[in-house]
Amino acid sequence: MSSIDTWVSEFRARSAQLPGAALPWLAAQRQHAIERFADEGWPTRRHPRWQHTSLAFMEQQEFAPAAQPVDAAAALAALRGDETGHWLVFVGGRFAASLSDIGPLPSGALVLSLAEALESHSEDIEAAFGNAADGDSPAALNTALAADGAFVRLAPGVALDAPLHLVSIAGASEASRHLRHLVVAGSGAQATVVEHYIGGGQSASLTTAVTRIMAEADARITHLKLQQEAEQAIHLASIASVQARGAHFASHSLSFGARLARNDIRTRFDGEGCEALLNGLYHVDGRRHVDHHTCIDHARPLGNSREFYRGLLDGQSRGVFTGRVVVARDAQRSDAMQRCDNLLLSRQAEADARPELEIYADDVKCAHGATVGEIDEDSLFYLQSRGLDEIHARRLLTYAFAAEALERIELMPLRSRARAALLARLPGGELLEELL
Amino acid sequence: MLDINNLQASVEGKAILKGLDLHVKAGEVHAIMGPNGSGKSTLAQVMAGREAFSVDGGSVTWDGQDLLAMPIEERARAGLFLAFQYPVEIPGVSNAYFLKAAVNAVRKHRGLPEFDAMDFLTRVKAEMKAVGMKEEFLYRSVNEGFSGGEKKRNEVLQMALLEPRLAILDETDSGLDIDALKVVADGVNRLRSPDRALIVITHYQRLLDYIVPDQVHVLSHGRIVRSGGRELALELEEKGYGWIGDSGEVHHQPPAAGAAS
Repeated sequence: MSSIDTWVSEFRARSAQLPGAALPWLAAQRQHAIERFADEGWPTRRHPRWQHTSLAFMEQQEFAPAAQPVDAAAALAALRGDETGHWLVFVGGRFAASLSDIGPLPSGALVLSLAEALESHSEDIEAAFGNAADGDSPAALNTALAADGAFVRLAPGVALDAPLHLVSIAGASEASRHLRHLVVAGSGAQATVVEHYIGGGQSASLTTAVTRIMAEADARITHLKLQQEAEQAIHLASIASVQARGAHFASHSLSFGARLARNDIRTRFDGEGCEALLNGLYHVDGRRHVDHHTCIDHARPLGNSREFYRGLLDGQSRGVFTGRVVVARDAQRSDAMQRCDNLLLSRQAEADARPELEIYADDVKCAHGATVGEIDEDSLFYLQSRGLDEIHARRLLTYAFAAEALERIELMPLRSRARAALLARLPGGELLEELL
Repeated sequence: MLDINNLQASVEGKAILKGLDLHVKAGEVHAIMGPNGSGKSTLAQVMAGREAFSVDGGSVTWDGQDLLAMPIEERARAGLFLAFQYPVEIPGVSNAYFLKAAVNAVRKHRGLPEFDAMDFLTRVKAEMKAVGMKEEFLYRSVNEGFSGGEKKRNEVLQMALLEPRLAILDETDSGLDIDALKVVADGVNRLRSPDRALIVITHYQRLLDYIVPDQVHVLSHGRIVRSGGRELALELEEKGYGWIGDSGEVHHQPPAAGAAS
């Protein structure tokens, strides 16, 4: 069972064995977090940030370990292909050193598993870890139970030469996994971090993930998340970034898997002249549900944010997007633009797109727009009039709608990877492979 | 080759084609002229299978087949081509992919081997040269950000690649400068052959300086009200459409000497 009591008992059973259990600050945060979770419970529609996604069902949800053995090495090989770069692999929420391939790092770059880093760099982690009050109750559950993740620290001016891939593979023996990734980028540092979530069998399982990114002045961090978990998985994640003066943060959230996926993505401009791109693409079908809840906090002047989300909704699925933008009183000359476009592939699918603008400054540019539509009849007719059959034409137009989101991914290997993941989701994707 | 008899079509309950007759033989080029709103584009769209129009009566027989019973893509595969008045922009789909998918869909239907990437590129590059399109247009999204002239060239390119047996050009000349107009005309003229027929829909006679039609028809209020040789186009140019009359009454004029009927 996944009732609150079950999780509290689980915490009691596990907490003494969690990495860093001996660190008083960490033990205290974990204790506070589980207390907060027990107090608040799973969010329901009554919660202002969860109006379209209730987790009330979690109280009765059973989670079980995968029935079959998991060949994590094979899953990783299939995912990785021949791509180079730095790879940290987590199986069942624990760092798997034998599958990982961190490779040579530039001097000034530190990449460790969180469990290791708690041994060797506990003070750095304390500063970056976050606390029990962060996020909503699922994030608090993660704070209490997260046993591993990645710790990345870049000295000022250090640029990672290749993307850092953080791969979560559902294991055979656990019903839930809780990952916490911390990225601390010194001024002018640059990195691309890619989170992958794969696996999970026929039985329901839970992934929680919290990613915290601290970008010092003029740092440039690109974060890409590719969520392809099994269709019985529940995926609850948050990504929180804080940007100092002139820092640049790009987030690409691609959500294709899981029965229910929720991503809370927020960034705060803590200095002048920050830039953020929040790009997203989701595909759900059947009775699956995806929710992106984003917040861009223009706390300081001269910030620029661009947000683009696209959804493909089939079957009786539901896609939810909330785009909150806050412009503080002295954050003059902020420029925020937001769009959310959904393509309904079935009459029973449902899209919710909600901008939430809170603007306290007077010299700002803020624009938002949302559309929900079906495949354009004129385009369909045009393609068919050239000999393409209706199914091919529909698939092509569906792909084309989604492809616009992929074009914002600058690194070509990542864009190709995202494209392949999308085509693998779409019916008839093999027909469109020539697009690659 | 093509026999349209008493064709009636409407959109959202509004009758547009009100008993149209047209007969085109293989090897012929027919021009259809007429004022705005006379039904020219509706005729083109109905022929290509646009479902927004409902066919309320009449028949269209093409090589002995009931054209109206064929699905859109079957018409295309059998060799019907419509050059759109307003070609659609399709962001995210490269022109190269689109053209190759179209050509191979048609080739497959005709029992020809599908082009592989190399053969296709060789073929398409040659045709692009002929219509004056730069290669970069292969890698851009279909019609996205193309100028009016570039879109029309892309239509003519598709026509050349698909080698239709019956091509309908819906005001492909409108809004074009003289160079683009010549490209369109050249595309049509290169396609002319004894086993093909072409229908050129135009508002202006200008195009007919470069494409010499076998017959010219005047469409008004959903019917062909005048048919004649190419001198009918010149007459229209001189007098405008006003003299045709608003009644939609059919005037019969014997075809001019030399014109096929």
